Amino acid sequence: MSRLFAVVNVLGQMVLVFGLTMLIPLGLALWGNDGARFAFEESILITMGCGLLMWLATRRYKRELQTRDGFLLVVLIWSVLPVFAMLPLLFCLPELNPSMAYFEAVSGLTATGGTVLSGLDALPPSINLWRGEIVWLGGMGLIVLVVAILPLLGVGGRQMLNAEIPGPMKENKLTPRIAETAKGLWSIYASLTLVCVIAYKWAGMDWFDAVMHAFTTLGLGGFSSHDASYGYWDSPLIESVAIVFMLIAGVNFATHFLAWRAKSLTSYRYDSEIGWYVVIMLISCIGLAFYLWFVDVYTDPLTALRYAAFNVISIATTTGYSNTDYSLWPIFVPLWMLFLSGFCTSSGSTGGGIKMIRIRILYQQVYREIITIMHPNAIIPAKLGRNVIANRVILAVLVFLFVYAASIVSMTLTLTLSGLDVITAFSAAVACINNLGPGLGNVGPANTYASFTDFQIWVCSFAMLLGRLEFFTLLAIFTPAFWRK
Amino acid sequence: MKIIILGAGQVGSTVAESLVSEANDITMVDVDPKRLALLQDRLDLRTVVGNASYPSVLVDAGAHDADMVLAVTEHDETNLVACKLAATLFNTPTKIARIRSTEYLIHPEIFSTQNFCVDFAISPEQILTEYIEKLIEFPEALQVLDFAAGRVSLVAVRALEGGALVGQQLQELRKHVPNVDTRVAAIFRKERSLIPEGDTVIEAEDEVFFIAAAEDIRTVMRELRSMDKPVKHVMIAGGGKIGKRLAETLEKDYQVKIIERNYQASERLAAELNSVLVLHGDATDETLLESENIAEMDMFCALTNDDENNIMSALLAKRMGAHKVIALINRSAYVDLVQGSRIDIAISPAQVTIGSLLAYVRHGDVAAVHSLRRGAAEALELVAHGDAKSSNVVGRKIEDIKLPKGATIGAIVRGLPKSEGTLDENLIAEQERVLHGSDGDVQVIIAHHDTVIEQEDHVILFVINRKMIREVEKLFQVNVGFL
Repeated sequence: MSRLFAVVNVLGQMVLVFGLTMLIPLGLALWGNDGARFAFEESILITMGCGLLMWLATRRYKRELQTRDGFLLVVLIWSVLPVFAMLPLLFCLPELNPSMAYFEAVSGLTATGGTVLSGLDALPPSINLWRGEIVWLGGMGLIVLVVAILPLLGVGGRQMLNAEIPGPMKENKLTPRIAETAKGLWSIYASLTLVCVIAYKWAGMDWFDAVMHAFTTLGLGGFSSHDASYGYWDSPLIESVAIVFMLIAGVNFATHFLAWRAKSLTSYRYDSEIGWYVVIMLISCIGLAFYLWFVDVYTDPLTALRYAAFNVISIATTTGYSNTDYSLWPIFVPLWMLFLSGFCTSSGSTGGGIKMIRIRILYQQVYREIITIMHPNAIIPAKLGRNVIANRVILAVLVFLFVYAASIVSMTLTLTLSGLDVITAFSAAVACINNLGPGLGNVGPANTYASFTDFQIWVCSFAMLLGRLEFFTLLAIFTPAFWRK
Repeated sequence: MKIIILGAGQVGSTVAESLVSEANDITMVDVDPKRLALLQDRLDLRTVVGNASYPSVLVDAGAHDADMVLAVTEHDETNLVACKLAATLFNTPTKIARIRSTEYLIHPEIFSTQNFCVDFAISPEQILTEYIEKLIEFPEALQVLDFAAGRVSLVAVRALEGGALVGQQLQELRKHVPNVDTRVAAIFRKERSLIPEGDTVIEAEDEVFFIAAAEDIRTVMRELRSMDKPVKHVMIAGGGKIGKRLAETLEKDYQVKIIERNYQASERLAAELNSVLVLHGDATDETLLESENIAEMDMFCALTNDDENNIMSALLAKRMGAHKVIALINRSAYVDLVQGSRIDIAISPAQVTIGSLLAYVRHGDVAAVHSLRRGAAEALELVAHGDAKSSNVVGRKIEDIKLPKGATIGAIVRGLPKSEGTLDENLIAEQERVLHGSDGDVQVIIAHHDTVIEQEDHVILFVINRKMIREVEKLFQVNVGFL
């Protein structure tokens, strides 16, 4: 039990800090006098109170965390923080039931972007800002943030960071000290967000929308303050800004960090994921635009390109914005977009899914098998650029893929069993596990998850956490071996 | 000359052997007394046992009055340190180091006088790789040797039955290749050398050495024998230093397969090479060769460090249909043995690489030396200094130069940038050459009886018998009166 208490001790401190982040929307609520002031005040009190309680009550058990504790901590942080994150929503919107509010908070923190709320334009701006802020905080990773700003986690910080950062190979440290790495990543993330805010403002948003959307663009979350998402502005300029920053956020932030530190673009050339990422995006956008024009969805090829490019990139990077109801397009197009969302983003980016690097490793493995059939004596290492991938990593990728597929199948089946039609069930499972947001059918871009039953909402919340923590961290907690002394 | 050779390995011993016979005082240094004892039994030299990078050992070896230090131990680091010591402590005029690792070679500035004081860095593996690369580029040739920084080539080919020149007199050559100037420097028939005259008739199976400007080689070769189809598929047996380096240079232009016996080594190879297919197995395993389509291979190179293995796998590959096979053979007895057998080309690494060392040891201004036919013959590139009064060659027609019988002047290269030859200066010259784009007004003149040699010409000579080299060197030396 002391192990649990030691973890709760750290968790308490995190909750305490998390309470502080609510001061930003509170400030907006006070300044704009939008009626959400009490919701935030109460939330802050409760959050910080709980945090303080957890911290003080378990003070005696404080010790250096071990790897296994790290897993537990990561899972607890990701499942407990949404409970506090949902408080302002609950207090401000009394008609919202707690399951739905929890879903909304998980969707925000995991940078998924699927929402149960409608009438977003009428919500108090501070609530919308809070929705954006949790996407932003969760996008880069809560643990990364903690490691960067608080010396809470000691030496074990690396394991916990690895449990949170997406991607199969995390050995390459960018700096000798993990805290420096985390700081570097967050400062790149924050600077890019700032640039994005200015770009949005310049493109025609007001300051509030610019900040809120910069948060959800860089976090690849997809929350918007408008029901019509980007259809609200109907501005190709704003959409182009969004496209650029979504593409940037879909790249490994470690690569951005290296480029920034060396003040040169060479690190992008050695990034093993960018090449495929860009090519696949380009081909998909142009190909689907051509298809939409060909089947007469749009009569003007440039319009087709505009809608195809924005929606394809938004979905493929697992953001989830839309500027039109793409579920009305021929079914091939949205399915292709869902398919892309499964793997396009890079490891170490804020996007979800399998990640491009795993796909490249998988491709190498397939190639290896084929060559081995022809040349039984050949020795073909799987390579990424000039680095050889260890067999252990390849195996881990294969297992990951299996768990990914199994999760999607079992979630789809569960949701179908609970009464959803198959398109809705499948697309919701994919959209949640990929941390994408909108799906098709009843959860399409024009609809929300509000029509789901409580059971379905909990399944989806679980799926989002599963996808964000890349399965193993979360699944480890459910194995008996984890709890054995 | 007093020469200290550090390291009595393959290269060290071969160099020693060849230098001793040219009346030099040689001291060998090695850590292995047995190896030294073996050498001392065979050759007239002094030996010192010890670590070549210790000053005391160098003093023992007589570094104080040595004219040259030749650091050819197996460790690059020892060689570098030894050169630095020789320069700092003993002020040795010429320091040559063998550097195997490309890590060092790609940064030539570390050899400069401010740093490791290496006057000449030689890399046997690199020379050997380039040598084999040439053979793959010109699959008809038995040997392709470069002079004057690659502007002139000396090529050996075997005349084949049905070739255009077989049965013809040499003077007919001009009619066959009217636009290209070339000259036959030597002909070897059944291990005996012929001095080529205008009425010499080429017979089938003759080994013909001709000299031509580098860009004309293909044209000349086409006349001498029917062209092979260009090489596309290469199989290399042995992924050691040479095999790997060769695979690296070839992988862009050819389809390369490499066979390595050691599993860990083959994994490393596969990691470092990109488009080469690395196979784990034995190159003498006919089922492996069969399944890897040996019959489709244009070139099979056996480059392991095991002579017997190389010979066997090359013979096997040839029998199974490989178009042309090359075997690397260290032991000179074996080279003689397989010469004229089914192995197309037997390469003796020591012979190939020794030339680059000999150039620095020779008297007079020697720009390049290539050892031929297992050291029996030699091709040299000499620079003619002085003027008509002080020199025996400058200002004279070739027919008037009193060359010993068996030595022929093949070509003259005029207008080459003057280089005294230390690495630093060569580097600068090379950079200038690259900067200014072209070669300036470098002229390749194929020698005829009435060609006149001018000052600073690079003269390329073919010497059938090594014993004449002293005479040739003397001929090119400037008379004392000039100084």
